[in-house]
Amino acid sequence: MSYAFDEATLRPLVPQVIGVLVRRGADFAAAEDAVQDALVEAWRTFGDGAADQPRDLKGWLVTVAWRRFIDTVRSETARQRRELAVDAEPEVGPTEDADDTLRVFFLCAHPALTPASAVALTLRAVGGLTTRQVAEAYLVPEATMAQRISRAKKTVSGQSLDQPGDLATVRRVLYLVFNEGYTGDVDLAAEAIRLTRQLATLAADPETDGLLALMLLHHARRPARTRADGTLVPLADQDRGLWDTALVEEGVAVLQSALACEQRGEFQLQAAVAALHADARRAEGTDWVQIVQWYDELLALTGSPVVRLNRAVAVGEADGARAGLAALADVDPDLPRHRAASAYLHEKAGEHAAAARLYAEAARLATNVAERTHLTKQAARLNRR
Amino acid sequence: MPKYLLLKHYRGAPTPLNEAPMDQWSPEEVDAHMAFMDEFGKRLEANGELVDAQALSPTGAWVSADAEGRTAVTDGPFAETKDLIAGWYVIDVDGWDRAVELATELSLAPGKDGKPIHEWLEVRPFYGAPTATD
Repeated sequence: MSYAFDEATLRPLVPQVIGVLVRRGADFAAAEDAVQDALVEAWRTFGDGAADQPRDLKGWLVTVAWRRFIDTVRSETARQRRELAVDAEPEVGPTEDADDTLRVFFLCAHPALTPASAVALTLRAVGGLTTRQVAEAYLVPEATMAQRISRAKKTVSGQSLDQPGDLATVRRVLYLVFNEGYTGDVDLAAEAIRLTRQLATLAADPETDGLLALMLLHHARRPARTRADGTLVPLADQDRGLWDTALVEEGVAVLQSALACEQRGEFQLQAAVAALHADARRAEGTDWVQIVQWYDELLALTGSPVVRLNRAVAVGEADGARAGLAALADVDPDLPRHRAASAYLHEKAGEHAAAARLYAEAARLATNVAERTHLTKQAARLNRR
Repeated sequence: MPKYLLLKHYRGAPTPLNEAPMDQWSPEEVDAHMAFMDEFGKRLEANGELVDAQALSPTGAWVSADAEGRTAVTDGPFAETKDLIAGWYVIDVDGWDRAVELATELSLAPGKDGKPIHEWLEVRPFYGAPTATD
């Protein structure tokens, strides 16, 4: 029987194999390097279908990675002119089957790391992506990404793999990956969902489920969010028939069981808002009153200015444009989307000239070209009336 | 093959023949312009002539160190400068003539009233590495 190269099987093995090497005595940084080498070797050997993937892929990775590790230790030891005392192939003990993936998650999201470093290290050591894939996804040269990961590992070099970690920091890293969007061959949003799913399985926790639900509900709308030419479609104008109903259903189910635990967190509350949007078959059917209530709770929990801004827009839908503008008066005008929200509410209030001016200002402040074009067209539309 | 920078400016370039801020165009004219730019980039890529293309936000600031070595930041968005770069293409082409030809095509991007904008592009050669025969 032949086995085609199966990236989906290969990648979850990466953190497990790192764990095996660490349990055999390798330090994390060296183990991670050795497993990355084995991963690249796997791509080279099986990636083009030249050779069949072995039945025991994990065993293959452990063998190759351990050999790489030994080679590295030997060459370093030779350089230092010292004798080497490392067994080439240790006995397989009971710990070889332990799954250290959660520990690797924690270490890669260590609070000493900058967000960019934590993201890169997580994608390589937990996600099982090659350095080149991570580099392409973030549009930086491969050498730059390799350096970033290497420095990240130096930062956590004093930490052992069995220290307790913080799920909240892991969630923040995964949410950053999710929000990076879609560039190149690696679909970072899908990868963030895969890793969050894995995290939710490894550590039962309502807020991690909340994050998973939030990602699923946002991801469900992706086919409707951009046109074929890359232009943005705002939520109200999206073809809701394009939403992925299976993802919506899963997101809602995950959220409901999370909320039933009565340990509310910001991801659960954001997911609740996303679920109400997903629930409306037509934009006009959106339950804005309930959305405002969720935003009230979210604001009480986080005090976040961004939540305050989103709440003002929801108030505008629930209670009218004037009420929305009144709520917006309490929001920091330097927030990135303040002008766009203000433009929207002014148009809703019938003040088209002010709305057009605000949309043009919002376009100048946009953080990506698709958003800039969208906002410019809103201004253009109003200027042509 | 030599490399050239095709530089787009928000301001600082000479006034083009068909000048009008984009929010004064019709939404369809904006779409037509963006489609042209998209197609231009894809064609450069297909020709094997594209190195890099980036767009810059008009926001930002000027930064320097003052006499005491402290950070000094002037008010954005570039209130104190005449020139404001909007983005660039880095192209790797046969030579100067081809670079000028591509800049001409870019200048004819459609704009207001469906007419070309006649935008001015700044074309600058990159310094290369010394060759083996230098």
